[in-house]
Amino acid sequence: MKSLKKFAIGLLAVLVVAVFLAIWIALPWPGIVALAIALAIWMAVTRRGKQTWEVTKVGLATVTQRLGSSSVVVVGIAGVVGVLVAMLAMSEGFAETLRSTGNDRTAIVLRGGSQAELNSILDRDSANVVIQAPGVKKDAQGKPIASGELVVVANLPRKGEPDSDSNVPIRGVSEDVWNLRDQVKIVQGRKFKPGLRELIVGKGALAQFEGLDVGKNIRLAGQTWTVVGVFESNDSLESELWGDTQSVASAYRRGSSVQSVTVLLDSPASFDAFKASLVADPRLKVDVTTTREYFGKQSEGLTKVLRAVGITVGIIMAIGAVFGALNTMFAAIQARAREIATLRAIGFRGIPVVVSVMLETMLLALLGGVIGAGIVWIVFNGYTASTLGANFSQVVFRFHVSTGLLWTGIKWALAIGFVGGLFPALRAARLPVTAALREL
Amino acid sequence: MKYLHLIWAALFRRKTRTFFTLVSILAAFLLFGMLDATRSAFSSGGDSVIGVDRLLTTSRYSIIQSLPASLSTRMQAVPGVKSVGYANWFGGIYQDPKNFVLSFAVSDNYLDIYHEIVLPPGQRKAFESTRTGAIVGEALAKRYGWKVGDKIPLQSTIFPQRNGDKTWPFDLVGIYKPAKGAANGTDQQFFFHHKYFEDANAFQTVGTTVGWYVVQLTSADKADSVAKAIDALSANSDHETKTQTEQAFNASFVKQLGDIGLIVSAIMGAVFFTLILLTGNTMAQAVRERTNELAVLKTIGFSSRSVLGMVLAEGMLLLLLGGILGLALATVVVPIVAKGSGGMLNLPPLGMQTWILGIVLMLVIGALVGALPAIRAMRLNIVDALAGR
Repeated sequence: MKSLKKFAIGLLAVLVVAVFLAIWIALPWPGIVALAIALAIWMAVTRRGKQTWEVTKVGLATVTQRLGSSSVVVVGIAGVVGVLVAMLAMSEGFAETLRSTGNDRTAIVLRGGSQAELNSILDRDSANVVIQAPGVKKDAQGKPIASGELVVVANLPRKGEPDSDSNVPIRGVSEDVWNLRDQVKIVQGRKFKPGLRELIVGKGALAQFEGLDVGKNIRLAGQTWTVVGVFESNDSLESELWGDTQSVASAYRRGSSVQSVTVLLDSPASFDAFKASLVADPRLKVDVTTTREYFGKQSEGLTKVLRAVGITVGIIMAIGAVFGALNTMFAAIQARAREIATLRAIGFRGIPVVVSVMLETMLLALLGGVIGAGIVWIVFNGYTASTLGANFSQVVFRFHVSTGLLWTGIKWALAIGFVGGLFPALRAARLPVTAALREL
Repeated sequence: MKYLHLIWAALFRRKTRTFFTLVSILAAFLLFGMLDATRSAFSSGGDSVIGVDRLLTTSRYSIIQSLPASLSTRMQAVPGVKSVGYANWFGGIYQDPKNFVLSFAVSDNYLDIYHEIVLPPGQRKAFESTRTGAIVGEALAKRYGWKVGDKIPLQSTIFPQRNGDKTWPFDLVGIYKPAKGAANGTDQQFFFHHKYFEDANAFQTVGTTVGWYVVQLTSADKADSVAKAIDALSANSDHETKTQTEQAFNASFVKQLGDIGLIVSAIMGAVFFTLILLTGNTMAQAVRERTNELAVLKTIGFSSRSVLGMVLAEGMLLLLLGGILGLALATVVVPIVAKGSGGMLNLPPLGMQTWILGIVLMLVIGALVGALPAIRAMRLNIVDALAGR
């Protein structure tokens, strides 16, 4: 009978944990704040609550005596949260960089089935047809705002590693690009002049690759080019070097063909008409997408992989940390067995003891979560990294530790603390009073 | 060893605590196994021993630039060169843009140079005599359920056919097995004749250029001098080349994805730091509780050194138990993950190297976490300990 009861309580606890975790994951932050406030009110107003607060105070006061084992909970959870937040910040940073590169006001046209600019090719006639299509915005002179572009890949060494080779994208752009991509600002030097072998470099490329300072010469396809400016755009274009389409095409012997045409639309609504007219045109076989969709797609694969890896690693580490916390809290209760038994003997009920042990664990977990997420935020927020993107060339991106991610990290920490505290708390409440008092 | 039963008993003195600690250790080594498999998946191109006698010659300006086909005869004449093959990137996809196929148009002698591609003689013959013939690695064939004799339409994201069609028909004439020690991913490739590629290609230039050259050396130690001589052939031309060993090429390519090794070791650092702290704490607790027993052991004649040894051994045993279980679990889980990713994550099974490194780590961490309590136990003063001071 007794063992049956014990089993039932254990089963119930596991069920509570499962339900709690499910609710916890779904709960938005106002819900959790409300929960915390409700707990505070309960502790301030009701008799049981006041008792809980007193017991918790005793527990917290003795934490310093159990510094070694308490720090295990804190550091363990900080590790889990740190790794998780760092991996997610990497994935989020990459996705965000590509996402912000595109928008609904511009559309990109590639040869049908080519998927990325590198694989695409459009001859001059096709490019002209695209530019003249309905829905393309015209400037004051009535000329359509469009940029026929080429992306080639050059080998440049990474900063500080002169022997390394990285595929750095070089984009040939037409003059309309300044109206088309108004997020691009020159922050140093000047724009390149059409017809000359001049380049401007993105801030990201400048930070990652060797020899791109303004005034320096670099060799591309056997010719010498001069860097004349640095631009900022806060998206994946910052990974690139830009020059005039004609100059790039002649250096890489591409004739008059381009790889893609990007156009400014009258409005996002005119995309459908623009696309329909190009798809219906028998002279062309092209893929038409908004730039938002085009760049968004490029981030999908890697973002998914990074997220999956981050969460898998996080879950395995969390399992380890839960058992570490369980160990620590069981030991803590062991150490305080007499004290808890005394409290029970003088009339404290089970609830205050359970809640206070849980509170103590979750406070330790919260501290761990804050430390882990904080370290990652300090070290990695804005950290620049690069990887190979869809064009077989480097995409420079920054880790982005958003408040949302910090919040996710803290939620994980509290969840680990909850599981790690619940079972020891139940043990504390069920401690046989007489036996505990007799023990040394 | 004769004290094993004592150590064992000490370890399971408190079953719950030991169990919890073991689960934590297990989790840490499960992660270690999985991450090490990932790391070796990315580095295996760089340390496979099979390709040591091969050089790759690519355009110095960028990997997307092709090289003139006429270079081949001049390269062949360089002393130290056994044979020169070439290949072109095809950018194939099968049915859906997500089904990316690692496909190459290759020269006729390519299979002789890549001797790790093992094809049954009959299929080899069939490949040589079929213009539209293709051979694929067994893993790739399995992924799409291809059999010898199948007609496979592959769409190129780069090259249209002369008639404007983007889909190229191929006849699957062989399925090869990669030889032992081949680079990871060798069994995922698709090869077909460069001749077919040239003839049917809409881009007329394809006949006069190749994507890159593969140079087989007469001996591996000539790599440096041959590479220099080949690059000298086209120095100051508009198609300068860069020749390096296949390993160097693969390593630099992987590096471009990101520093996988660094990420993996950073995560492992965090995991093992936590593990040491956690297990160290458990060990300290366990020894503190047993102060009395240890004093009794010393009283009945155990030397201080054997007490030290026993506590150290306890730590190592704890780590070994949890760690071996963790690595065993990783051995089971890694192939499942690789399969589940549908060929996206091409993880090799856990190798001997991972196991050896793992066991060394277990012993080191075990000794580390046992050290402090062990020294305490060794220095234990019998009288004080028995008196509970």
